[in-house]
Amino acid sequence: MQENLHRFFRAARGAGVHVSPAESIDAMRAVASIGVADRTVLRDTMLLTLAKSEDEKKALGACFDLFFAHVDPAQAEEKDDAAQDTASNAAQAAPPSGQPAGGETNAELGPLAQMLLAQNTADISAAIANASSAVGLSEIRYFTQRGLFSSRMLETMGIQRLRDDLDTLTETNPALAERLQTGLDGLRDTVRDTVAQALALYGREETENLRHEILRNAQLSRIEPRQVAAMRALIRQIARRLRERYSKPRKRQRRGHLDVRRTLRRNAAWGSVPFLTAWKRRHRDRPKIVALCDVSGSVARVSDFFLLLIHSLHDVVSDVRSFAFSGHLIEVSEILEQKSAEEAMAEIMHKVGFGSSDYGSSLVDFEKQFMASVTPQTTVIVLGDARSNKLDPRADILKAISERAKRVVWLNPEGRVTWGWGDSEMPRYQTFCNVVRPCATAQQLERAVSDIVSAYQ
Amino acid sequence: MADSPAPSSAIASIAAVEAGLAAQGYIASRQIATAVYLSQAIDKPILVEGPAGVGKTELAKAIAAWRGLKMIRLQCYEGLDEAKALYEWKYAKQLLYTQILKDKLGEVLGGAQTLHAALGQLHDFGDVFFSKEFVEPRPLLQALLEPNGCVLLIDEIDKSDAEFESLLLEILSDFQVTIPELGSIAAAKPPTVILTSNSERNLGDALKRRCLHLHIGFPEQRLEERIVESRVPGISQTLRRQLVAFIHDIRTLDLKKQPSVSETIDWARVLVLLQAAELGHEVVKDTLNVLLKYESDIEVALPQVTTFVAKAQRQNIFG
Repeated sequence: MQENLHRFFRAARGAGVHVSPAESIDAMRAVASIGVADRTVLRDTMLLTLAKSEDEKKALGACFDLFFAHVDPAQAEEKDDAAQDTASNAAQAAPPSGQPAGGETNAELGPLAQMLLAQNTADISAAIANASSAVGLSEIRYFTQRGLFSSRMLETMGIQRLRDDLDTLTETNPALAERLQTGLDGLRDTVRDTVAQALALYGREETENLRHEILRNAQLSRIEPRQVAAMRALIRQIARRLRERYSKPRKRQRRGHLDVRRTLRRNAAWGSVPFLTAWKRRHRDRPKIVALCDVSGSVARVSDFFLLLIHSLHDVVSDVRSFAFSGHLIEVSEILEQKSAEEAMAEIMHKVGFGSSDYGSSLVDFEKQFMASVTPQTTVIVLGDARSNKLDPRADILKAISERAKRVVWLNPEGRVTWGWGDSEMPRYQTFCNVVRPCATAQQLERAVSDIVSAYQ
Repeated sequence: MADSPAPSSAIASIAAVEAGLAAQGYIASRQIATAVYLSQAIDKPILVEGPAGVGKTELAKAIAAWRGLKMIRLQCYEGLDEAKALYEWKYAKQLLYTQILKDKLGEVLGGAQTLHAALGQLHDFGDVFFSKEFVEPRPLLQALLEPNGCVLLIDEIDKSDAEFESLLLEILSDFQVTIPELGSIAAAKPPTVILTSNSERNLGDALKRRCLHLHIGFPEQRLEERIVESRVPGISQTLRRQLVAFIHDIRTLDLKKQPSVSETIDWARVLVLLQAAELGHEVVKDTLNVLLKYESDIEVALPQVTTFVAKAQRQNIFG
């Protein structure tokens, strides 16, 4: 049982449940006191001791069902009499339907062939389980390994011998050979299912990691519609990571500088004899962000993910105001806060999206209505390709913004090589920005936002 | 410890937990009962998460009543610190004693010739002013000092600061606290610890690791019926069925605050007071504010009332 539990813990880790050694010890102790007789109680016990959030509970529950769905070799032995029953049932059922001749020729055949002809399900599943532990099936990680593991398992079970048997039987006893062939096909299916199940159990984490890795480096502007949901999930994950990293307490004590005012006040009760000392603290500001996002054409998708990321950072960032523009500029903070990501983006697009971009007039709009939102604590982020269709870029407004703000960061979804070519006004804007960086993939997006937030630490 | 038979005896089985809690009017699901049994068997605190009003706090009360133990409750809030949760020095008492003993000290030290000798004599008295008499135990320390064990309820831990969580770690894993002047104080008998959280913020992994994690959601229809039966004795079976079915329908709507078990019970009481024999269109509309706490939620639910009431009434025929 212990061995089984260990395998289950590994499967649980594969399912994304964080199982530490201490937790597995707890689970073991719990199982020891509760027994394994009742499966629902065992399931509850695992959920209680291992999973530490509702999501984890769901994942672990599914994993538990999957894991204990297939017959364990150990359990097959434990339930020996039950297996015996089914075996005898099968034996009783077999003679009338099958051929009585089966028993005679069996002696010349290999063990696997005999097993298949006898249709002893318990023996077959035990053999499969033995083979899977022999080839280390729990090490399976990628779906590409399925074929390899299946063929290795069949080899371990003696498929070579079976093929020889099959060849001889085709000549001597075609009817029996046919039965054996059906059995073999069935066996192949079972092995394939076992491998697929093992992959679902143990390989999930790796597959997920691989997919994430690809997704992280994919061009945001060019991802396919079916990947959007996965990308949103990834962006949320990034947001969570950034939150965890930067939402630490914002008060750090700096010993060494006595805060005389506070010390005197605190000790006034005993005639200002300074029993208790107060030290100066350094306050860290929370980032204030003003984001201007181009939502025209190909930049729209990147803006979409960027806005999603910025707005899921509310723990870290105290104040975000977002503006979207293509031909003109509007504030979109409220839309983003009140609606779900999909709806909000649809509404923004409906209002300002898909126009031909005009950076100049959008900046004029911003200067007229929202200039007051830029304070010396504000980081202004502009996300766009700076392609203004040969219209006046009004870089002077960006200069004014940059003089008011703490920092101006420009994120450009295009690569550096194309900046300044065609109608790109990047070089003219660049002079008034503190940081300019390309931002085409989720990874670059994460790094850019992480830098912006860490500037306040 | 042997002189208090009921509290110190171990729990026999999961079924015993269910029966014991039911006797206190707390209808526990299988999972809750398993958690309570396990916490006893492997000495682990239970961290209970779930929406407001599903009986997280009630669970602790029911366990205390069933086991015949004292319940000590620590309500968490932002800014809760060691002095309010663990212990505090009785500063005023210390000050008062030094004033009263001033003359006595003078006498004692009178014999000393030099400052050095006086200091030496003072040291001989040891830490009279930092002894157990001057410690004011707060809930956590009280729980450890309770000779027969107790149920310690740490309510709404998610409301406290992250630093407070770290303070709890020593208590939760070893059932002891360290007071620098006195040393470690271990529990006379490990208390049954229940922590509750509304998931307002994510708790630290270190804390979660030390606990059994129990999530209480909204109960199934059957279970909720049993809960109402046990809490509102005067209610007829027809009304109970219809009411619970109606609430389950309401929960499928997109609401700001879903009605939870406590609201179900309140509503059942109201309906009994109004002497409603069964769920009617009018009576539901009049009392919907007991169930839903936001104006916008009531607006969402109102148009559906007729459908849900009709459905609930059908429930009775087939159920």
